Amino acid sequence: MKSERFGPWLAMVLGTLYFVVPLIATFEFSLRKRRGVYSFDAYASVFSDSRFIESFGYSTFIALLTIVVGVLLVVPTAYVIRLRMPRMRPIVEFITLLPLVIPAIVIVFGYLRLYNSSSFLPLTGTARSTDLLLVFAYVVLAMPYMYRAVDTGLRAIDVKTLTEAAESLGASWWTILFKVILPNVRVAVLSGAFLTFAIVIGEFTIASLLNRPAFGPYLQLVGANSAYEPSALAVIAFVVTWACMGLIQLFGSGIRGSSAAPR
Amino acid sequence: MVENVSAATMDDHAAAASRKRLPLSWLGVVPFFAFALLFLIWPTLDLMIGAFQTPTGEFTLQNIANLNQDSIISAYKISIQVSVASAVLGAVFGFFLAHAAVMGNLPGWMRPTLTTFSGVASNFAGVPLAFAFIATLGRTGLVTTLLYSFFGINLYSTGFNILSFWGLTITYLYFQIPLMVLILMPALDGLKKEWREAAAILGATKVQFWTHVAFPVLWPSLLGATMLLFANAFGAIATAYALTGSSLNIVPILLYAQIRGDVLHDPNLGYALALGMIVITALSNITYIWLRARSDRWLR
Amino acid sequence: MAFLDISSVRKVYGQNVVVQDFNLAVERGEFVSFLGPSGCGKTTTLRMVAGFEQPTAGTIRIGGKDVTYLPPNQRNIGMVFQAYALFPNMTVADNIGFGLKVAKKPAAEIGPRVKEMLELIKLPHLADRYPYQLSGGQQQRVALARAIANKPQVLLLDEPLSALDAKIRVSLREEIRTLQKALGITTIFVTHDQEEALSMSDRIVVMSEGRMEQVGDPFDIYNYPKTRFVAGFVGTLNTLKARVLDPGAGKLSIDGQEAVTSRPLNGSPADSIRTVALRPEAVALGERVNGGNGLSGTIEEVGFLGSVVRIKVRLGENAISLDTFNSSSVTPPKRGDTVSIAFTRDDLLVLEDNDAH
Repeated sequence: MKSERFGPWLAMVLGTLYFVVPLIATFEFSLRKRRGVYSFDAYASVFSDSRFIESFGYSTFIALLTIVVGVLLVVPTAYVIRLRMPRMRPIVEFITLLPLVIPAIVIVFGYLRLYNSSSFLPLTGTARSTDLLLVFAYVVLAMPYMYRAVDTGLRAIDVKTLTEAAESLGASWWTILFKVILPNVRVAVLSGAFLTFAIVIGEFTIASLLNRPAFGPYLQLVGANSAYEPSALAVIAFVVTWACMGLIQLFGSGIRGSSAAPR
Repeated sequence: MVENVSAATMDDHAAAASRKRLPLSWLGVVPFFAFALLFLIWPTLDLMIGAFQTPTGEFTLQNIANLNQDSIISAYKISIQVSVASAVLGAVFGFFLAHAAVMGNLPGWMRPTLTTFSGVASNFAGVPLAFAFIATLGRTGLVTTLLYSFFGINLYSTGFNILSFWGLTITYLYFQIPLMVLILMPALDGLKKEWREAAAILGATKVQFWTHVAFPVLWPSLLGATMLLFANAFGAIATAYALTGSSLNIVPILLYAQIRGDVLHDPNLGYALALGMIVITALSNITYIWLRARSDRWLR
Repeated sequence: MAFLDISSVRKVYGQNVVVQDFNLAVERGEFVSFLGPSGCGKTTTLRMVAGFEQPTAGTIRIGGKDVTYLPPNQRNIGMVFQAYALFPNMTVADNIGFGLKVAKKPAAEIGPRVKEMLELIKLPHLADRYPYQLSGGQQQRVALARAIANKPQVLLLDEPLSALDAKIRVSLREEIRTLQKALGITTIFVTHDQEEALSMSDRIVVMSEGRMEQVGDPFDIYNYPKTRFVAGFVGTLNTLKARVLDPGAGKLSIDGQEAVTSRPLNGSPADSIRTVALRPEAVALGERVNGGNGLSGTIEEVGFLGSVVRIKVRLGENAISLDTFNSSSVTPPKRGDTVSIAFTRDDLLVLEDNDAH
C-alpha cells in the first residue's frame, strides 16, 4: 500500500513545484523595484499609470459585451438544437469546436481582409465598428466553452418537459426562453461567462491586430519597456483569472453535477 | 413499442407546435449560422482562397511556392517542434497528475484543489505567462539566481535560454499540463473499478491491466486531448511574442509581423502562411478522427 | 481440512466493525451463499476471499494454502461482478480469453478453450460482439464464462443477478447452478435475495451486521430459523409473544389459549415470555388435527394475492397471518367471522431471544 502511494505523491510534489515556483518567482520579482529592499513600488507604478486603468476598463467592457452577445447567440441555439433539431447537433458542435482548431491569428487576418475599409462591410473603418468586430471575434473565441457549458446545463434539466409545461400554460416562445429556460441554466451560463471573461480580459493577438487599446496589448507594451512592472501585472492577471475560476466554482457548487466545465 | 408510438406522437406534437411558433426555431438557428458564417467560416475560407490569388485576383500557385524559403520553412519546423513537444510532454505529465489525483489514494482535498488550480492555470496564458517565466527562468529570474547562489549552477552557461525552443516549451507546459489534467480526469473516472478488479482476479498484473484494458479505453481521450494541445500551442502567439519579441522564429509570430507590415509586405504570402497553419491543424485533427474511428468500434 | 477455510476473520474500518468472528469451512464443489441485507458484511467477506481487502485478523486458506495476504492476481479465483465488469474494448471472445492471455498461454490453447466456454454458456454466435451489443443477461453469462475459463479453484459471485430483469434472473440462476454442478467448482454466492439463496445453495450463511446469524442448508434455514432476524429475513413470518406454562412439556399460552411446541424452550422458567413464530403457510383454517394445536380468533383482513389468499386472524394481542390456496369453488371467509386455525407442534418455532442487536 505504502509503495503504491509513492508515485502519486511524487507526481503531486513535482507538479506543485512546477506550478507554484513561477508564481513565487513572479511575486518576488515584482517586489524588487526598489534597489536592495522589497517594496510594492512596481504595483504603485502600475496603478498610477492611466493607461492601465483605461485599457483594463476597455477590456472589461468588451468582455461584458462579449458575454451578452455570446449568451444571446448560444443559449437559443443550444436550446433549439436540443429540443427541435437534434439532427443538426453534429453540425453545430463541429462549428463550435472550429475555433479550437483555427488559430485566432488566422481568424483576425481573415477579418482584416474581408472587412477592410474598402469592403462591402467596412467594419474596420471606424473605431466603434472595430470594437464591434473585436467583440464578435471574442464571441468566436469563447464559443467552444460557452456552448459546451450551456449544453451541459441544458442536459441537466429536462428541457422538453419544461417547454411542454410552459407551452401548455400558454407561454410565448419569448417567455419560454427568457423566463423558463435561461433561469434554469443560469449556473451554466455564469460558468461560461466567467470563463469568457478570463479568456478575453488579457487577449493580445486580436486586440493588437485590430489596433484596439485593450489590456493585452498594453501588457505587451509594458513588458517590452520596463523591468519589474510586468511581474506586478502578471500577478494581477493571475489574481483576476483566479477570481474568475473561483466564481465558477462558487456558482458551480450550487447545483449537483454542476456544469462548470472550464475547458 | 408503446413508448415509441407515444414518442412519435410527441414529436408530431412538438413539430406542430414549432410550426405555430416558428420564431423560436428561427431565432435559435438562423443567427447562429449567420454569425458563424460571417465571423468564422467566411473569413477563413476567404483567406484560403487568397492564398491562391495574385494581388489582382487571378489564380496562382506562386504564393504557395513562395513559402519555400529557409526562414519560413524553419519557422514551420520550430512551430511544429514546440507544439509537438509541449503537447506530448503536456499529455504525459498531465496524465501522471490526473492519474495521481483520481486513483492515487491521496488526501481528499487534493483533487478539488488540482481541478480549481488547473482551471486557473489553463487560462493563465498569453502575455502575463511570459512575464512569469521571465521572472522565474530569465537571466535574473528567481530560479536562475537561486541555482547559481546555492548550487553554483549557471543555467545560462549550459546553453539554456528562456527565449529558446526549450524555454518556450517549458513555458507552454504551464497551460498545457493543466488543460490535459482537466480533460483526462473525467476520462479516468470512466475507468470502472470493476475492470481493474476483474483484470486482477483473472491474474493480470497492473501493467497488463493498463496495456490491455485501461490504455485502449483511454486512447481516444488521450489522443484527442493531445491533438487539442497541439493546436493550442500551434496557434499561440501572445506568450511567445511577449517572451521572445521576434527573436524566436515561429509561424504565428512570422504571420503577426507580416500582418503588421513589419517584414514581408506581401499580403498574399501572408494568406499562404495562414493556409499552412490551417492545413497543419486540420491534418492533426483528421489524423485524430481517423485514428479514433479505428479504435472506436466498441464505443456506442 | 475443508477446501476453502475462513477462520476467525475480522474486518475493521476505523471504528467500524464490518465483519467479525467469521468462521466457515467450504467443501470442494460446494455452493455456499452469503445472504443478508446490504451492509451486513457479506460483500466485504467475499472481497477478502478475492484478495481485494485484507482481514484485520484471521486467516483464509484455499486448498490448504494460506492466501490471507496474497494479491488477487495470484489466487487463481474466478469472480463475477454485479454488472459492467466486461472489458468494453474487447470482444466476447477476447474477454473470455483474457485470463488465459495474461497467463501467457499459447494461442492454440486459448482458442479452443474460449470456444468451449462459449458453447457452455450457449452463446457461440456472439464471439465477435462487443459488450455493449449484448443484453444484461448475455453480459453476465459472458462474465461467468470469463471467470471459469482459467479453471479457477474457487468461483465468487457478487450479486451477479441483481441488475437483471426478474425473468432472466430466474433462468440464469438455474443455468449457473447447473454449470456449477457440472464443473464441480467450489462457489460462493453473495445475494440479498432469499429466493436466490434458497433455490441455488448447498448451504446458506445468513449474515447481519457483520455477524453470522446462522449457517445451514436451505431446508434448515427456512424451516428452523434460529433467530428472529433469520426467520424474518428468510420468508414472511408471524412472530407472537407467548407465556411459558410448562417448559418441560413445551406448553405455552398465546393470548390465553394453550399451544404446544415440540421445540426446546431452552430452560425458560414458567411464566417467562418467549417469542415464537409461525410461517403463514404452516397455518390452516379449521379444527385441530390429532396432537396439533388449535386456536380461535376473528378474521381481521382478507388479502387476495392471486393463487393464494392471505387471511389475518386476530387472537388478542397477537395476530396470525395464514395462507390458503385460492379456489373459485370455495368462497373465502369474510371479515369479522370467527374461525378456528390449526398448526402442528413442529411448526411452532421458538426463537432465540438474543435479538437485541
